[in-house]
Formats: sequence, structure tokens, C-alpha cells
Amino acid sequence: MQTSAWLILLFPLAGTLINSLGYRALPARVVGWIGTAAIFGAFVAAVATFIALHDRSEEHKQVVYTAWKYADTAGVDGTLSILIDPLSIFMALVVTGVSTLIHLYSVAYLSSDRGYARFFAYLNYFVFSMLLLVLAANFLILIVGWAFVGAASYLLISFWYRRTTATSAGIKAFVINVVGDVGLVLGTFFIFRHSGTLDFLGTFDSAKQDFATHEGALTAGLILLLVGAFAKSAQVPLHTWLPDAMEGPTPVSALIHAATMVTAGVYLIARMHPLFELSDAASLVGAIVGCVTLLIAGTIGLAVTDLKRVIAYSTMSQIGYMIMGVSAGAYVAGLFHLMTHAFFKALLFMAAGSIISAMGGEQSLDRMGGFRRAMPFTFISFVVGGLALSAVPPFSGFFSKDEILGDIGSRGGGWWVLYVLGYVGAFLTALYTWRMIFSAFWGEPVPEARELEEGHLHHAEAPFNPQTGEIEDTDVGFPGPEHHIAEREFEMRGAMTLLAVLAVVGGIVQIPFVTNWLEHFLDPTFADSRFGAGPSDTLTVIGMIVATIVAAAGIYTAYVVWVLRPGTSARVRERLAPAYRLFVNKWYFDEIIDLLVVRPFAWLGRFGQQTFERVVVDGLLVGGTTNIVKAGSAAARALENGFVRAYAALLVLGVVGVALYFLIQSA
Amino acid sequence: MSVDWYLVVSALVFAVGAIGVLTRRNPLVILLCLELMLNAANIALIAFARMWGNAEGQIFAIIVMVVAACEVCIGLGLVVAIFRRRLPIDVDEIRELHG
Amino acid sequence: MSEVLFFIAGIGAVCGAIGVVMVRNPFYAVLALVFHLLSLAALFLLLQAQFVAAAQVVVYAGAVMVLYVFVVAYVGGAEPPRLRAPVGRGQRAAAVVFGLALFVELAIAVLGSGLKAISTDGPTVGAGFGSPAQIGELLLTKFLLPFEVASFLLLIAAVGAVVLARRRGGIGEDAEAIAVTDFARPLNTGTMAEAVGRRSPGERVGITGGER
Repeated sequence: MQTSAWLILLFPLAGTLINSLGYRALPARVVGWIGTAAIFGAFVAAVATFIALHDRSEEHKQVVYTAWKYADTAGVDGTLSILIDPLSIFMALVVTGVSTLIHLYSVAYLSSDRGYARFFAYLNYFVFSMLLLVLAANFLILIVGWAFVGAASYLLISFWYRRTTATSAGIKAFVINVVGDVGLVLGTFFIFRHSGTLDFLGTFDSAKQDFATHEGALTAGLILLLVGAFAKSAQVPLHTWLPDAMEGPTPVSALIHAATMVTAGVYLIARMHPLFELSDAASLVGAIVGCVTLLIAGTIGLAVTDLKRVIAYSTMSQIGYMIMGVSAGAYVAGLFHLMTHAFFKALLFMAAGSIISAMGGEQSLDRMGGFRRAMPFTFISFVVGGLALSAVPPFSGFFSKDEILGDIGSRGGGWWVLYVLGYVGAFLTALYTWRMIFSAFWGEPVPEARELEEGHLHHAEAPFNPQTGEIEDTDVGFPGPEHHIAEREFEMRGAMTLLAVLAVVGGIVQIPFVTNWLEHFLDPTFADSRFGAGPSDTLTVIGMIVATIVAAAGIYTAYVVWVLRPGTSARVRERLAPAYRLFVNKWYFDEIIDLLVVRPFAWLGRFGQQTFERVVVDGLLVGGTTNIVKAGSAAARALENGFVRAYAALLVLGVVGVALYFLIQSA
Repeated sequence: MSVDWYLVVSALVFAVGAIGVLTRRNPLVILLCLELMLNAANIALIAFARMWGNAEGQIFAIIVMVVAACEVCIGLGLVVAIFRRRLPIDVDEIRELHG
Repeated sequence: MSEVLFFIAGIGAVCGAIGVVMVRNPFYAVLALVFHLLSLAALFLLLQAQFVAAAQVVVYAGAVMVLYVFVVAYVGGAEPPRLRAPVGRGQRAAAVVFGLALFVELAIAVLGSGLKAISTDGPTVGAGFGSPAQIGELLLTKFLLPFEVASFLLLIAAVGAVVLARRRGGIGEDAEAIAVTDFARPLNTGTMAEAVGRRSPGERVGITGGER
């Protein structure tokens, strides 16, 4: 098992290196296939490891492999180790599986882009980092993987680097991620201080004793870790980077900002569950933030018009569910939702990429309409993904979301509030999802759709930035000249079909009363949890019924508003104008952060430069030193003026001094 | 007279010579003041020779006179050379060896 | 008697010294120094240094000062007018201060170093003390090396003086244009009277034909 475990990491690394170093030598398309093959190799290695793990006995299902020790001094045990246990293999399988399909999709989608090789190098690097993160056996490698993933995200968001909006978005994402990194590292330190080891298993085993008297430190450390999780998983208030991250190419949005990177926070909480269970305060913070996020994101998703941003807010909302779940102790449910979400969200993003291509690069929902006949395959993909997202039975999303809410409800007491709010969120989810689908596919076909029905793919006269409308070109650093839709590209269709199938049948691993394969698989990791009970049978059934009703109600409402009576949304917007303004301005988070954080720092920077740098450093320190030297030289120069009498005077002065010395000595 | 009177005279002449060296601008006069200082030293030497009853101090004084003569030679040669070059005979004006 | 002589000679020496410093005309300064040297010879005689006194008068006042007179006559007289702004404004004040400091220190050294020790007349010495015989004997026995080195030094000084003051390169080196001013003597050169500076060049007797 050791070989296959390390191969999981080494395949994507090899892919990155080959693509980045050899892209000039390799013919164009080959780079894409190498990238895809590398990730597929990692997937195969993950499956092999999964099988090998399955063969082991229950007690030995958590294995650590160490490559080498970095440091073993002063009590800091830094090693390059990976941990193979059900949780990490589950994550590795999801990451590599979905990544393979997205790589396949990108082979066709970006084939006319001048930065093709760079894209696949970055994408492989990202998968390597993500695998490093989920396979980490100690805090050190976790932090390294966390940081790498942030860097990969920055590189990929600003992939079209000549677009100012893209580079700004990349910087914004990176800066917010760094805030999270700081939280992660500080949290690690707080925990390390009392546990004395960076190793996960070591920390967890002795957690109860170590923190028995240091509850405060544990809670502080966990809340700092949560800051890291929130930044990475785009929870309120560190979420503002995710909608802007849609500036990256669609496969990037699919992979990073739907299926894998943003789920790192969920993974973190699930991995640290022994520590979270010791601190109720931290768990409560996580659950409440998750709940708040899912509601806020849901409301914003109703108002924004950019297609990719609606899906982005949907991601934020679903991750809110997952965070709420794993904070409340519903680990299996949260991870189940992670998996199903990866399937249907990646599918939705891929389909969105296809329809944006059909629109010639235009991303606004207001301009789309009636693509049902022109793009049947994309339409079906959207519908499948939408149904899964809206939690309609028997799609996978139904079972996973339901299980989270059931587990939360089963905790009783104040958690019922979160339970109810979860279903409110489900209603909102269905509503905005089907708003999206109905706006794009129903109604009168727009000119681009008509062109496509006649077989001609629309191209804008000049390539443009979908956000600002400014004209671009198609050289490297901007999107390529061609647009690729699913109906015409075999690779895109293949990837989307597989994901659609998974979105439909993915729920089979954990159907209530029928199967509990996932729970059984993940049991060795979560055996020490005190929340294993799960909801009672009645609660489960009630939950299933309520979920179905809520989903149906959401879809029906969306149908009424956006199909049957087209003017309704405009009227509602007028009636609830303040609410609409709040939603469409994304609850003013960007403005608040600008006021509270960005402006003070900008002021500090200006102050530093103008006052401190100029006056103190240049004037006093640098200038002062040089002036002292100049003055000293001037004084020395004055002694050498060629003036004989001055020299003689100095001589006499010297003699006087020496005589004085002798006089004093003899006295 | 006891020896210390002669030493006081020596000190006085020496100080006057020093003031002269620092004050005058004509190099010839400066050299003259240097002679004053050397002579002051001579007085002191002779006085101490008398004090110890030892004639070695007088030998020293003779050698000092020899040295003074040599130095006057060279100094005056320099002044003549400066005069030949038509430079002003003023130590304030001749200051090209400056830093 | 010797006290009176001491005071006369001492005052003479100090006045000569002050004269050297304060007199404007370098010629008169030389004369003041000659007076000073003669007073010094008297002081040496009082200290039983007959040979040194004689050497002082013959060599110092007789030869060295004559040399000085020659050069002063050749080079010229009064301090030339200042062409530039005075350099070293505090120079005069500093000079006086330093000189005073020197004197004070030396006086302290002398007077403070146990008057008992030096306020002595010295042991009684025989008649041969300080005589040429004794000096000669010392010079040729105990101080032979300094004697020889001193003569060598005199040789070097003589050669050096010749080298410094010679015309470079021989006849014909100055290939510059000849101007009338080359033939005009600088101010206050020539006869003694001109050196003193009381007569202008054109006032020489016999040139213009008039007598002042």
C-alpha cells in the first residue's frame, strides 16, 4: 500500500513538472493529455490504496508513511508524512476522480487558448497540492498543502493575466486566503503548545488529557483554525473572494471553486473532530457561521445576474451546509454532501461553460434565453445538476442534504433552529437554481440560440471582458479565439456524462434504511466521535418528506415567476426594493471590508511611505548618517588647508598638551 | 644667580618665539623666531650644565647651534627659490599643499 | 655684581626676542635677533660657558646672521599687502593664547619642581670648566660620533642649499617672451635704502638726475 499511496502524490507532481518544463518540446494537445493521464494515474493509485486499505483489519485502518524527517529538535517533530485512513482516501478519491473529468473537459474547452500548457501545469500543481493537503499526517504538511493550494488558486484565477479584473480577483483571493493561513498557523501553534506534537494521530490520542485544564487555549486554537477554514471555504465574512474568482476559466471554477479547494475547510473540521468535540464553543461558532452563510448566499443568488456568480453563491451556500454539518458532529453526512456536491456542482459549471461559449463569451442571465432546442445536451446536464442541487429525490443531493439536516435535528435543543433554517435554505436553493435554468433555457430563444439552431456558433465581433465590456484580443493572457460547446466536443460530453451519472446515482452509498456503505467505510476514522447516534427513524422520514415538499415548492415558485408570469420578478423587485438592493449588492460585504480593512491599511501604507520613510528613514537615518560622515570629513578637511601657521598652531597645541600631561603626572 | 632664573628666561624666550612663529606671515621672520626657540633651549642646556657641573650640556648646546645653522641654510634656500619663482613671500599665499 | 649683569643680559635677551616678533621690517628683525644673541652670549659667560659664548658670537651672530642679512637684502622687505581675505582670523589670538600657555606650563615646571633642587648655584667648578680645552677634549673623546655626524650634517645642508637655490637647467632654459618688467627690479630691492623701503625705485640718486 505504501507505493500506491505515494504514487497518488507523485503522479500529479510528475505531470506538473513534465508540462511546465517540456511544453516547448511536446506537441500542443499532448500537454493536455499528459495532464489528464497524470491525474487519472493518481486516481488509479487512490483506488489501489482504497482496495489495500479495505483488506486491512479494523484497528489498522489508520496508517502513517513517513518519507523523511525535517526536524526533530526542540520538541518540533516535522516530518514529511502522509496518513492513509478512510477519510483521507475518501477525499483523495473524490479529488482525483472529479479532477480527471475536469481535466478531460479542459482538453477540449481551452484548446484554442494560447496558454494551454501553462493551464495544465497549474491544474496539475493544484491537484498535487490538494492531495498533499488531504493526505497530510501532521500540521506541517497540512499547512504546506494549504498554502500551495492558495497559490494554485491565485495562479489559476488570474490565468488570463492581461485582464485587470482577473488579476485583481486573483490578488483578492490570495490576500483573503493568507488571512486564513495566519489563522491556521496560529491555531496550530495554540494546539501544539499543549500537545507537544505536530502529528495528527498523536495529538488526537492525547487530546483529552492535554487540554483538560486548557479549555481556553483549545477553543482559541480551534476558532483560529476555523478562521482558516472559513477563508478557504468562502464562509462569511471571508467569502468575498469567491464570486470574483469566477474570473478564472470555467474548468478552474469547476475544480477549485466547487469541488475541491473550497471543501478543504470541511475536511479540516472533519479531520480535527476529536479536538472540536472537546470544545462546544468552537463547534457552535462553526455551525452558526455555516448557517448564516447558507442563508446569505442563498439570498444573493436570487438577485445577481451573472450565471457563474449564481453558481458561485450556490457553492458558498452548499459549503455552508457542509460546515454546519461537520461542526455539529454530522461528519459522514457532511462528507457525503461534499462528494455529491462535487459531482453536481462540477457538472453545473461545465454546463455553464458550454452555454457561455454558445453566447460568445457573454455571461449575463438577462441576455440568455431559450437554449432548450439549440443545446439539448447542455440542457439535460443543467437539469440533472439542478435537480441534484435542489435536493429532489432520488438524486444524490437529496440524500446528502437530508442526512446533514437530520443529524443536526437529532442533537436537539437550540439546534432545531439550525434545522429549520436549513430547510429555508433548501427552499432558496431550489428557487435560485431553477431561476437560473428557466432564465437560460425557457422563453424566446435569443439571437445566439437561433444561430446555433441553424448550426452556426455565435462569435462576438470583438472579444470582450464579460464584466466590464472592454475590448480584448485573443493572444496569450486572454481567452482564445474559439468557443467550444458540449454538443460539439467529445471530451466535454464524456466528462459531463460521467458526472451526470454520478450526480444521479451517487446517493446510493447512503440511502436511509437501505444502505450505509459510506458510514461503514468512514467508521474507523470517526469511531471516537460521541455523535454517532444519528437521527431517529421518525425524524428521518419527516426530514425526507419535508425536503421533498420544500424542493418541489421551490421549483414550482421558480416556474411561476420566471416562466408562467414573466413580469413577476420585476414587480417583486420594485415592491421589495430595499431587500433587492441589499441582495444585489451582496449584502455590502465588499464595501464594509473596504471601509474597515482596506482603507486603514492603504492609509498606513501612505503614512509609512510619506512620513516614516521619507522623514525618518531617508532623512534621519540615512541622511543623518551621511551628514555625520560629511561633517566629519569637512572637519578633517579643515585641518588640511595648506595654511602653515595653522599647522604650527596645532603643533604648539600638541606640545602644550603633552607638557600638561607630564606636569600633571609629576604633581 | 641661581639656575632657576636662567630657566625662567629660557621659558620666556621660548614662548615669545612660539608666538612669533604663529603670528608672522613673512617666512624669513618665522625662521628668525625659530632661531629664538632654539636659543631658548640652548640657555636651558647651559644652565643645567652649570647646575650639574658637567660640561656635557655645553656640548649639546654646540650641536644645537650646528643644527640651527643647517636649518637656516635650507630654509633660506627655500625662500630664495620661492622668490625666484616670483611667488609672493607670504606663508598664507603659499598653500597649494592642501587636503 | 653678577646679578646686575644677569638682569641686564636677561632683559636684553627678552627685549631682543620681543623685537624680533613685533618689528615689521624683516631687516630690523634680523638686527633685533643679533642683539638677542649678544645678550645670550653674556648669559653664557655668566654660566661659565666661555667657549659656547665665543662660538655664539662668532658663528651664530657672525656667520648665520650675516647670511640672513644677505637673503633679506636679496628677497626684500616689508610684508606684502594682503591680496586675499585674511586667513585664520582667530590666528593671532590663538597664537597669543598658545604662547602664554606654553610659558605658564614651563614656568610651573620650573617653579613648581622643587625650588630646592634647582635654585642652586651649582657646585664650585674649577677654572677649566667650560674652557675650550675641556670642550675640545670632550668633543674628541666622549662625543666623537656626534661631532662627526654634525659635520656630515653641515655638508648635507650646504649641498642642499645649493641644490635648492640654483637655476634649473642652465643658460637658455627660460625661452619665454622677455618683457620690460623682467628688467625692472621688484619693489624695495637693490641698495640698502631701497631694502628699507623708504625710497621708490625711481628715486635712486643719479638716474633721474635729481637729488632729494
